[in-house]
Amino acid sequence: MFESLSEKLQNVFKKLSGKGRLSEQDVDVALREVRLALLEADVNFRVVKDLVGRVRERAIGADLAKSLSPAQMVIKIVHEELIATLGSSRKLDLSGPPPHVIMLAGLQGSGKTTTAAKLALQLRKAGQRPLLVAADTRRPAAIAQLEVLGKQLDIAVHSEGDRPAPPDICVHALEHARKAAYSVVILDTGGRLHIDDEMMHELEEIVRRVAPRETLMVVDAMTGQDVVTVAEEFHRRVPLSGLILTKADGDARGGAALSVRSVTGVPILYLGTGEKSDALEAFDPARLASRILGMGDMLTLIEKAEAAFDEKQALAMQEKLRTASFDLKDFYDQMQQVKKMGPLQQLVEMIPGLAGMQRKLPTEIDDRQLVRIEAMIQSMTPEERHDPRLIDGSRKRRIARGSGTTVSEVNQLLGQFRQMQRMLKELSDGRMPRMLGRFGM
Amino acid sequence: MLFNRSRKLQSSLTRTRQSLFGRLASILAQSDITEDTWEDLEAVLLQADVGAETTIAVVDALRERAEREHLKSAQQLRGALKENLLATLQVQAKPYLGEASRALSVVLVVGVNGSGKTTSIAKLARYHQQLGQKVILAAADTFRAAASDQLQVWAERLNVDIIVHQPGGDPGAVVYDAIQAADSRHAQIVIADTAGRLHTKHNLMQELTKIRNVAARKLPGAPHETLLVLDATTGQNGLAQARTFQEAVDVTGLFLAKLDGTAKGGIVFAVARELGLPIRFIGTGEQPDDIAEFDAQEFIEELFQ
Repeated sequence: MFESLSEKLQNVFKKLSGKGRLSEQDVDVALREVRLALLEADVNFRVVKDLVGRVRERAIGADLAKSLSPAQMVIKIVHEELIATLGSSRKLDLSGPPPHVIMLAGLQGSGKTTTAAKLALQLRKAGQRPLLVAADTRRPAAIAQLEVLGKQLDIAVHSEGDRPAPPDICVHALEHARKAAYSVVILDTGGRLHIDDEMMHELEEIVRRVAPRETLMVVDAMTGQDVVTVAEEFHRRVPLSGLILTKADGDARGGAALSVRSVTGVPILYLGTGEKSDALEAFDPARLASRILGMGDMLTLIEKAEAAFDEKQALAMQEKLRTASFDLKDFYDQMQQVKKMGPLQQLVEMIPGLAGMQRKLPTEIDDRQLVRIEAMIQSMTPEERHDPRLIDGSRKRRIARGSGTTVSEVNQLLGQFRQMQRMLKELSDGRMPRMLGRFGM
Repeated sequence: MLFNRSRKLQSSLTRTRQSLFGRLASILAQSDITEDTWEDLEAVLLQADVGAETTIAVVDALRERAEREHLKSAQQLRGALKENLLATLQVQAKPYLGEASRALSVVLVVGVNGSGKTTSIAKLARYHQQLGQKVILAAADTFRAAASDQLQVWAERLNVDIIVHQPGGDPGAVVYDAIQAADSRHAQIVIADTAGRLHTKHNLMQELTKIRNVAARKLPGAPHETLLVLDATTGQNGLAQARTFQEAVDVTGLFLAKLDGTAKGGIVFAVARELGLPIRFIGTGEQPDDIAEFDAQEFIEELFQ
């Protein structure tokens, strides 16, 4: 989709390789690309301006380290500035006598209810006794949603239906928590617009009456420029103590987090990374900075792989790889696993440096090639899959007919597979360095 | 005019105007075109989520035109910008639901999590009711906790029929049953809610394709309209959402939700420009009546009043 910033900068700097120092003019050309990349990532316009200003100051006249190209140098500075702006994370403040009250607030649809459940689960795993409070009386069935989640996770939910005022519900919940010895009380408030005075007043009322230890704003990672207006107003009405960025498992760059952090100064505590209740991660500034820059996300890729791969199968596979008894059946299984992770194109985008490459390939070619390979393997007998050496000319013709491919495609597949087997054998023999060398690593 | 459209649209656009586009108006009220005029113009569009690429395209086109037509005053520039923005939003597309003679139409509603699908469906149901049509809702979000409860509350309030299955059931089956029920109960419109899904989840997008196929098998030509609900606060990711949903389920139009905040929904310019998708409706509040047909002319005119 987007050419990565590093590629663009490499192109910008192509003309000026060999210079020892970045000139003002070079930097300005480069910063134009940086500015565009940040805007595409939904970093607020004002925040971009500040950030680019700081990068400019540092980059002009910077000595080029021998190990870094000018493009890498600029990226390094941008990356460092992003990390500095994103700030460090911190743990939830659970000091003082329990019960600790944590209030979640945000716009409609930002993901408060799901996040409340995730947070409760995480706190229980950490040894706390959480109580969820259904304080959204406005959205139809919001209470039912929290109750269902509580039931699924076996976490207590305090609800009083949709009649009482939310501040009253929160006060009752806190009283209940004290009596029943819950250690953390998580308030799931209704989504509201920052310009809805009545609803914002309701939040102030809750804060006044139950004095939350933490007031966390839940922000959708896909939010655009307006997030600063929203966050500033929330922060003005109920001082925020932290942020949770939700839906970070999509492909939004998440510039909103940087914007909010920058205008409110409150730390980002967690990232919501999926619909499952355990998909809540501690915030890592370096990782988010890479993501905002579109520098690929190997960590996400690794996690995707982990999520899609069956552990038992993976162990069996490992053993096969080790003993080099990997056959076409295993190859086929492996392909199915990779397919579960999503389209190849999307996976490729996550690999740093490859993000731009997929645009040079005709779209979807690779997924279609996979289908052909699958068809060929499916047209083989179990014996042939186990020992491809059995496949002679007549068998090749049969496989090609059966899979709607050609004999030369079958040959190609067998050739590639033999090459792969050889490499695996080298790997298992401990001759890895040679193989890596072949890939220029 | 249907509903309280003018008031609602007026008030939500008033807010829009007062904030950023208001600044646009004041920029353009200045007499001479200077380099600052252009820079400010760019800033305003960027902050409205129009996106860097579209903003550059819009500003460059305007610059060219200013030169070609020897535009001198900011006032003239304003007219030209209005025309350019309007042209971007006016995409070639069939009207909502195409020809109206059909006995039964199916509207499939899709979108990412939290974009406002369920509330938008309540509004759509109200819209069709006001046209004198009998509506049946299909609660095909069988995934999210209490999603069908939420739609059921709306169905009761609006007094429309709804088809609900067990949580975790097959969403295609819900749509199938709803079409069947609409047939026997002589309803004209089936509106199907689907679970929110991030467009990057390959498997979930495939599930949507399946729901679509089930609908088409039960009623040839269905779904007749596939609306993508886009949250007006969405930034540049809105384009990726629209693109992926369009590829997977052939989206026919947008429902721009939550336009009652201060967000400008500027990403629709990029969506219209790059994908040619029309905006069908806008949502301007939490009540079923808070819906209006999108009118590009009106939308742009309102911005410049």
